[in-house]
Amino acid sequence: MRFIRHPKDFYAGLIFIAFGVAAIVIGNNYALGTAARMGPGYFPRILGILLIVLGSALSLRGLRLHGNPIPAWKWRPTLIVLGSVVLFGLIVTHLGLVISTIVLIVLSSAASHEFRPRESLVSGVLLAALAVGVFVIGLKLQLPVWPWTNSVLPWSN
Amino acid sequence: MDLIGHLTMGFEVALTPINLIYALIGALVGTLIGVLPGIGPVATIAMLLPTTYALQPVSALIMLAGIYYGAQYGGSTTSILLNMPGETSSAVTCLDGHQMALKGQAGAALAIAAIGSFFAGCISTIFVATVAVPLSELALKFGPAEYCSLMILGLIGAVVLAHGSLLKAIAMIVLGLLLGIVGTDVNSGTARFAFGIPELIDGIGIVSVAMGLFGFAEIITNLESVEKRELVTSKVSGLWLSKVQFREAWPAVLRGTGLGSVLGLLPGGGAMLASFASYAVEKKVSNDPTRFGKGAIQGVAGPESANNAGAQTSFIPLLTLGIPENAVMALMVGAMTIHNIQPGPQVMTSNPALFWGLVTSMWVGNLMLVVLNLPMIGMWVKLLQVPYRMLYPAILLFCAIGVYTISNASFDVSQTAAFGALGVLFVKLECEPAPLLLGFVLGPMMEENLRRALLLSRGDPTVFLTRPLSLDMLLAAVALLLLIVLPNFRKKREEVFEEGET
Repeated sequence: MRFIRHPKDFYAGLIFIAFGVAAIVIGNNYALGTAARMGPGYFPRILGILLIVLGSALSLRGLRLHGNPIPAWKWRPTLIVLGSVVLFGLIVTHLGLVISTIVLIVLSSAASHEFRPRESLVSGVLLAALAVGVFVIGLKLQLPVWPWTNSVLPWSN
Repeated sequence: MDLIGHLTMGFEVALTPINLIYALIGALVGTLIGVLPGIGPVATIAMLLPTTYALQPVSALIMLAGIYYGAQYGGSTTSILLNMPGETSSAVTCLDGHQMALKGQAGAALAIAAIGSFFAGCISTIFVATVAVPLSELALKFGPAEYCSLMILGLIGAVVLAHGSLLKAIAMIVLGLLLGIVGTDVNSGTARFAFGIPELIDGIGIVSVAMGLFGFAEIITNLESVEKRELVTSKVSGLWLSKVQFREAWPAVLRGTGLGSVLGLLPGGGAMLASFASYAVEKKVSNDPTRFGKGAIQGVAGPESANNAGAQTSFIPLLTLGIPENAVMALMVGAMTIHNIQPGPQVMTSNPALFWGLVTSMWVGNLMLVVLNLPMIGMWVKLLQVPYRMLYPAILLFCAIGVYTISNASFDVSQTAAFGALGVLFVKLECEPAPLLLGFVLGPMMEENLRRALLLSRGDPTVFLTRPLSLDMLLAAVALLLLIVLPNFRKKREEVFEEGET
């Protein structure tokens, strides 16, 4: 007999409790005020208490009800997808839209189990052209296109 | 001003060339993402929100609304042809629509889906126009106590009528409310939960939350499964109905439209609930329920009409009360806020051209969808042959550009990625993200109204019970909660949602 019978409920409950505790602990620095004159700490305190109550109920229920185990977390897609997006955000200001797009496309393609490097490179180049066309020329968003230049074509700066 | 006068004013706005173009773009983008699995209207609207900064507010809203109802059209196409719902609201269409396609009746199924959707779109546009005026007049009488109770009713309704564990959904709402108040408190100027990060002092952006929880999390979970998409290219011929089919289908269209219009009004309602409920109703009223699941045309006509009607009438609570009832409407709040429009009853009086322009644009958009989409079905199906391994990096790119351009800050991109990771965790733990997004949008509004209500009552919390309207709404919320504890209703609720999943 497992102790935690419904792991999805049990761990979800723990997460809510953690958020609730965090809200109360961090919110302790904000003035509470009174009901008639609520300070900035009043509403977060209510929410924190609610989260702890709801989370506890959920976790306790997880000990009582039966449920399927939590599916395994395959780290590869999560890390590659989110990592490549974060990287894009970090480099786009410095390297410009074209290079950043190609990096994002090639890198994120590697998250798929049917990764084809050459194909993703071609698709990256095409999408870079499309992105410049739509976002920089079409929608006139303020995005650098190339490193160290502000114009669409690298040689016309 | 009467209904005709309102609609005329609306058409004057909706039929200007620029707004026609944005309605078309919205409808087409909506169809596109409706066809493509792995990206839904929530992630798309989040992605395109930043690009609407430069537009007129009314054009921006027309385009974003088009994405929502356009997605309902697109979703049905893949459900019928490929047995693969592009959108959750089209999941039930797979059951009979694809069976019809296998029998060589793909053309009829697509035609009734389009006709039903268009009919529902017309009726629900009029419905929105009629109901909006009295509702917003009622809403203008609301004080802060009523608003608070209304929000509680809305949020409770949203989770009772949605599927999944009630306890988890309520906890997700509360977590959403908490995330919503991150940033500077308007009354005291205190930066709450900002951890000294300058970007967080302005609060967490709705685009980051929606895109992370809905867009990124969906892509990652898709990539985890090794499942391959099968392409069953059924030949589509003769996009029209026989007389017999028409006779069988039209009552279902009427019922679906009625049901969808009403369910769209309810908190938590909208396209998905409407289509699932309509399928259940059609099965119940049919003389021969055994035909369902084997290509009954009513099983396509009803839900497809219902989801379009529901998609449109779900704008009513947003436009008249300022309360979003589903995740897409939560994003519309975000869209209105970036254009400095406070959603609520005052929109209709202070900004009538915008209000009626948006309402009538839905009818215009629906007309465009029927005229343009039926002939374009072949093209949409071709698009599905683009393998997912090439599709998702492109979606990621548009998401990343969209979120970066909000304020040209890499912090926003990282924040979105963080919500993506949280989203995957929620998928693993079976926590629906939609209630969190609703809470997130309502967080600041709820705190402000709670504060005001208690200030006016000098701290007396019974104010929520002594004001009759407020009491009614709280009683309704309690009744909804009690309803779900009743074993009969609970069973029904599970049945309605399971139809679409099996």
